[in-house]
Parts: sequence; structure tokens; C-alpha cells
Amino acid sequence: MLEKKTKMPEQPPEERICNFDEVAQGYTEEQAILEASRCLQCKKPACVEGCPVGINIPAFIAKIKERDYKSAIDIIKERNNLPAICGRVCPQETQCEEMCVMGRRYEPVAIGRLERFASDWELKHQPEKVKPSVEKNGTKIAVIGSGPAGLTAAADLAKMGYDVTIFEAFHTPGGVLVYGIPEFRMPKDIVKKEVEYVQNLGVKIETNVIVGKTVTIDDLREEGFKAFFLSTGAGLPVFLRIPGENLAGVYSANEFLTRVNLMKAYRFPEYDTPIKVGKRVAVVGGGNVAMDAARVAKRLGAEEVMIIYRRSEVEMPARHEEIEHAKEEGIKFFLLTDPIEVLGNDKLQVRGLRCIKNKLGEPDMKGRRRPVPIPGSEFEIEIDNLIVAIGTTPNPVITKTTPGLEVQVWGGIVTKDDSGLTSIDDVWAGGDIVSGAATVISAMGAGKKAAKAIDQYIKQKINVQNER
Amino acid sequence: MFEIKKKEQLAPIIYQMEVSAPRVAKKALPGQFIIIRIDEYGERIPLTIKDSDPEKGTITIVFQVVGKTTTQLSTLNVGDSILDLVGPLGNPTELPEGKSNVICVGGGVGTACMYPQVKELSKRGSYVTAIIGARTKELVLLEEDFRKYASRLIICTDDGSYGEKGFVSDVLRRLLDAGERPDLVIAIGPLMMMKVLADVTREYGVKTMISLNPIMVDGTGMCGGCRVTVGGEVKFTCVDGPEFDAHKVDFNELMMRQRYYLDEEKVSKEKHACKLQLGGNQNA
Repeated sequence: MLEKKTKMPEQPPEERICNFDEVAQGYTEEQAILEASRCLQCKKPACVEGCPVGINIPAFIAKIKERDYKSAIDIIKERNNLPAICGRVCPQETQCEEMCVMGRRYEPVAIGRLERFASDWELKHQPEKVKPSVEKNGTKIAVIGSGPAGLTAAADLAKMGYDVTIFEAFHTPGGVLVYGIPEFRMPKDIVKKEVEYVQNLGVKIETNVIVGKTVTIDDLREEGFKAFFLSTGAGLPVFLRIPGENLAGVYSANEFLTRVNLMKAYRFPEYDTPIKVGKRVAVVGGGNVAMDAARVAKRLGAEEVMIIYRRSEVEMPARHEEIEHAKEEGIKFFLLTDPIEVLGNDKLQVRGLRCIKNKLGEPDMKGRRRPVPIPGSEFEIEIDNLIVAIGTTPNPVITKTTPGLEVQVWGGIVTKDDSGLTSIDDVWAGGDIVSGAATVISAMGAGKKAAKAIDQYIKQKINVQNER
Repeated sequence: MFEIKKKEQLAPIIYQMEVSAPRVAKKALPGQFIIIRIDEYGERIPLTIKDSDPEKGTITIVFQVVGKTTTQLSTLNVGDSILDLVGPLGNPTELPEGKSNVICVGGGVGTACMYPQVKELSKRGSYVTAIIGARTKELVLLEEDFRKYASRLIICTDDGSYGEKGFVSDVLRRLLDAGERPDLVIAIGPLMMMKVLADVTREYGVKTMISLNPIMVDGTGMCGGCRVTVGGEVKFTCVDGPEFDAHKVDFNELMMRQRYYLDEEKVSKEKHACKLQLGGNQNA
């Protein structure tokens, strides 16, 4: 019995900090088969319960072991429309892999890596697309936002025969997958291919349309759309609200990452959008976005990149793997530290950061120990840029312009049930706009549930009409 | 793709384009703007909507050639297309209800951005004074358009080659000195001009709104690049603006933020100029 997961080849840290190529390079066939052989093929697989979209995990792993990769990917795609994405960014350690029986004594089976292997195999070996033969029912459904939740709902609805249009505010579909997650963790070619898969199912994507500005939900009703799924994500950056935060050289993580990922500023001046990164960069926050921003800054040539986080490493919300990758790349960690003032020079550009040390106090409502500042522990560090990565909240553009749509105090949409039904009877919502910033896979789970509920709603409506 | 239907050169480096954008044309109101990206390599830049025609499905933009993107945009012709165009963004101007007395001040290319307000105010039967300023005669914009809608039009140039000699702020001060007290002053132009105007109207206690055009990426409140301090509070120009109370805006901070990418803008523009030259040689 192999006790440990089969290692996945990675670019060595000293090499990868000089490029934006993918860090984790994926299993070879031999490695995949070796890892697949670790699966015990449980009769009652616990891993499936841990998967928000319920993939038949033992079945696809068995197919990999048999070298029948085509069947493996088909099994995955019965439940998951975007496996190449999930295989890369899902937090498997708290989902399927956490439940894996192997994990009780040894390391769990590397389910995520195997999922990625199967989907990469498909992207590589099946360039020609087979048009699905679904009978179209002609009913128009609008999906707002083309991130993980929107793409999933759209794909599922298209598979059921609906005429689906996704409206996307940006010029490129993919949502957080294209503007948020960097190339070295989520190659944009992969996102593009997954989006093409969804389009191939018959889904139309209209970019450059901001629902709430360019059109409203009411306008779309007039255009003949019968139901709506709102999946506009949590796009508004939260700032620190400390003095000096508007100095030139302070970025929200959203701005920093959007410039680099979506606008390709890392290839300036080949691409027109600039980004400015000095020698010393501080990133405030302890989540995956903070790790992404820090690692991007490193790749853009910063000599010293620091993560500043108010609690200790145990409380960091980032995935363990991301924290490790950041450390390997030489990112420094200032833990139990809070910034209190951004310092500027005479050009009103960032020159430093004033911080205070914290100790951990009583647990908060989520059970994480609260940071308490230690009086007199203030200190200053020299920096050229500050990137604020302390979270995002839902964008109010759509909720403000849709009368009757109930919203929580913090901006999230109120849902009435597990399917994401909102206070308006033909509108569903899911993903970060309902949950607050969360994971790609939970957004996809919400998309699936909403698609099912929308289908039931439409069928019921047709039945009622027929009875009349 | 958004096709260019009309192109007109208004002044040596200022162009007007009518672009097909049916969804935007239906919704656009005075004071709103769009963001464009010319091609796959392009950056996203905000441009004010000068006019819109819902029936034709077109909007009109006016821009001055400043950096790489506006240079490239100026080389596009009727029949060419802009790859991406999104809007209308920002909040429409809050104009006084009913008949009112408003002075609209435009400087440089900002003059064009003020045109929709003047037109709308005139429709409401207001008494509108338009003060338009330029460096020199050939840079005076849209004189005929303004004549159609403004109750009174005052033109000034820095060098005195046309209209009054002096800055728009001089003209405005003269009117206020003479005892005029409009309900509102709207000013659109370079930051420095708006700052000076704000100082003038503050003295006389006249409410003044300005329209900002800072660096931004998405235009929907996502990046926060366009943040500005107004009355001690941080606002995002794209979703909270673009118009703000001139007496509350922190102009110094805004000007410094605006200059952050000057070096990069130069690099980008020079590279583009090189490419154009190379292209010319190949054709020759």
C-alpha cells in the first residue's frame, strides 16, 4: 500500500518566480495510474458525499486505472461541467479528500489531481467537438455573470434543452477565473476551453453587457426571457479604511489581479495595460487572493514581498497548498500584524507602512481567535506598493436596479430555499452573490441546484397553462 | 464589435465618432460614460458619451489624442470597429428640476462632455450659459452645437485668438462679480481648471458640480482604481460619480493618482509610434 499521495511535478520555485507558467504541471499517465491504484473502491464511497456536485469518484478513478481515460472524463462530466478548473482550484482537502477512507491512516487519494489529469487528457486528445443532440425546447433563460456558478447553471440548463444566454459585464467570459486567479494557477487557455465546452452545448454568451446598467431584468423579460439566474459574484473590494489608503501605489487585490490576469499587464508593453511594482511590496490579508497577489508581485520583479496578516498562520483562510507555495517562493510572513497607516512621499506615492502587533484573544462568532492590538508595539516598514486583499462584497449594480429583490445588510441576495430562489418568483441566485466570497466549487454546486429548480418551475408553468 | 458610423475631426487632435451600440444608445443619459477596448491587446479607457440616438442605435463620443489608446482610436475610420464597448456607466447628471439658471463651463475636450447637459437643460426651458474655453482658436469645440442650445454662449481662448482673452475661470469670476448667482455651475475639463473654478465659486457660495475622469479598469466598482476623497469620504468615481460636489473633492490626491503611470504611458505611446512608422515603411 502506498501511504503517500503520488507527487505532482512542479516547476522549481527559483524558476517559476521568473515566469507566469503553471506551477503544478499535472500527472503523467504513469503517475495517474499509480495514484488511481491507491483508491480502495469503497462500496459506500464517502468521498462522493464530500463533493458539492456529487461526482462518482471511485468510478472515474477505476477507469483511469484501466487506462480508459475517455470513460473517466465522461463520468466526471455527468456531474461537473468544468473539471479542468475544479481539478486545479477546488479545496479538495476539505471536501472529497477529507472524507477519503485512506486518509484515516495514510494520505487520502489525490482525487483533485486525478480529476485534473482526466480533464487535461480530454482537452489534449479531443479537439473535434461533438455537437450534443438535445432537443431544444425554445424557452429562453438568462444567466447573469459568467463565473463558475453562471457557467454551470447555463451548461446544465442547455443540456435540458433550454435556450440559454449568459450576460457578462467584462469583455471576456469566466468571471473570477479570468480576472482573479493568476495564470500560473489557472491558465486562461484552460478557462477558454471550458467556456467553449459550455458554448458548444448551445449557450450564447453576450459580453460587455452590465445587467442593471445596459439592460435591466425587466428589459430582459420583455425580450422573452422566462427565468433568471443571478451569479454576479462578490466583486466589490473591501478597503482597510486607514489613513493614506488613497496614495498612489495602493491597489485593491481586485485591481492588481485584474490588471495582470484579465488585462495581461505582465506582458506590458505588448499589452497596453500597465502595472507598477516596486522593490518592496506588502499584501494585507490571509486568504487565497492574498497569496495570489503576493506571488504575482514576486513574478513582476519585486525583491521583497510580505504578507501581513492580523492573526496567526493557523487562522489563515488560504489553502495550505497556497501558503506553502508562497513560502517556497520566498514570500515573507508578518503574522499577528495589522497595518494602521500608509505613509507617503511628497509625490503622494507609497513609501512605507505603519503597523501594530497583535496577540490572540477570545474566539469570535466563527470560532477564530480575535486579534487584539498590543499597545506600544507599533513599527514601520519600507514599502513601494500596498495590495489590500482583505475580502470582497457583492456588487450592488444589479440589486439596486431590480425592484422587489430582497438583499441582506451586507449586500448578499436573500434566498428562500436551497435552490437559490429569491424574493422574485422567476429569479434565482447563487455563488458568491448569495454566500459572500467562497469557493469555485460551492458556486458550481449552487448553479446546479438553481438549474434544476428553474427546470421544475418552467415545466410547472407549462403544465398549468396546458390545463387551462 | 461596435462599428464606427461617422468620424469627424473637430480640432487638430480632437475627434468625434458616432459608434453603433444599440443597447447603450437606448439607456444613455447626460453625464454617463462608456469604457472601450480597441483590440485584443488594448487597455480599457473611459470616454464620456456626448450624445445618443436610440432609434439609430448609435452613441457619439469625443476624444482628444493623449496617449497610446486615443492615438490608435484616432487612426480608425468609418467602417472599422471597436472590439469592446460597455455602458452606460456612472450616474446621470442630477439637473435641477424645472426651469433654472445654470452656468456650464467646459475646458478643452471636456467641452464636449458638457454638451448633453446643456442640451437637456435647454429642453427643460432653463436659462443656460455655456462658457467654453480653449488654448487657441482652432481648438474651440462644437461652437455651432452649443449655439443651438445655450441661452448665452461665451467663448474664451488663452491667447485671445478667438472670443475673450483669458481662462474660463476669469469669465466665470466676472459674471459672479457682476452679481449673477446661478442655481448651479457645472464644470468639465482638466483637473487643474476644475480646481481653480471650484475655488472661485466657493468664494461666492455657488453650488458647483464637476465630472471626473480618473484612471479606471472595469467601471463597475470592482477595482477601486478610480477612488477619490470627497468630503473626507472615499468614493469610487465609476459607481458613486462621475459627478461630485467640486467644493468637497480632494484635487491634490486625485492629480497625484492620475500621474502614477506617466512613465508607462510614454513607453506605450512611443512603442505605438514606432509600429506606425514601420507600417508606413512597409507600405512605401
